[in-house]
Amino acid sequence: MKKERLSFSASLPGKNKKEKIMNDTIVNVRPVEILLVEDNPADVRLIMETFKDFKIQNSMSVAKDGAEAMEFLKKEGAFSAAPRPDVILLDLNLPKKNGFEVLKEIRNTPELKRLPVVILSTSDSENDILKSYDMNANCFVTKPVGLDEFIKIVMTIEDFWLSIVKLPER
Amino acid sequence: MINPSPSGKLEILLVEDNPGDVRLIVETLKEGRRDYNINIVKDGEEAINYMQRTGNYRQAIRPDIVLLDLKLPKKDGIEVLKVVKTADELKQIPVIVLTSSNAEEDILNAYRNHANCYITKPIDLDKFVVTIQSIEDFWFTIIRKAK
Repeated sequence: MKKERLSFSASLPGKNKKEKIMNDTIVNVRPVEILLVEDNPADVRLIMETFKDFKIQNSMSVAKDGAEAMEFLKKEGAFSAAPRPDVILLDLNLPKKNGFEVLKEIRNTPELKRLPVVILSTSDSENDILKSYDMNANCFVTKPVGLDEFIKIVMTIEDFWLSIVKLPER
Repeated sequence: MINPSPSGKLEILLVEDNPGDVRLIVETLKEGRRDYNINIVKDGEEAINYMQRTGNYRQAIRPDIVLLDLKLPKKDGIEVLKVVKTADELKQIPVIVLTSSNAEEDILNAYRNHANCYITKPIDLDKFVVTIQSIEDFWFTIIRKAK
């Protein structure tokens, strides 16, 4: 690291510049595969629409309950051709198998255990937050109630996990 | 949204041996949107002592989040991760790996040991600052942390 970088306050980028820099800070060059595990159709639609407009090419698959998510991840049944996701967005309250059960299975499956899992839930309970981190969720995000707030949070997840973080090789 | 420490600030533990990087990260966060209490340790052994509150760190405040370099003197970042992520009372603390390494092996190894995410430090100054700001936007703002 060069010393010149320390002329500091002058070099803090403003908002437009920040956006421009973000655009060429993208670290994941191949299209990103995302698995969204979510049973609420309105949330699915909102998240898919937001990701569709994102600057980084990505492809999103949706599982509507926990059992379907595990079939997808293990390429079972109708999902034999399913792609291995780079990152999972996981709701907690899900039919059939809940998010904790899905998380546990992922972490106990050798070929899946490294997969980054972002918990995206309406839950606000300290218990759920603790339990998620104890089970090695990568992070916990509470869905805000307001629509604009929700979109903003989805965009922040997108920015961070798709353009800043290095994801493990599939 | 975030757990107040005794000071009411978000407690960050920065594990980094490069003074230039330390300065840049601290300055960026100082300009940021919240008040942070940033504690700095310079090697992996100190980091483990700090987290376990042993040695010189009996009074250390439990961090809300850890920024962890990988190449560190004494004990490397992976060893720190192993200790933190296998201790029942520490594993809930998010650990962000922030390293100059771009090696696939390091990325896999970090996730395997339950790093919460892996970020490569950009060499370019502006990009470095934007990266730190993104960590701030994401981890220090919208992420829920366990108390």
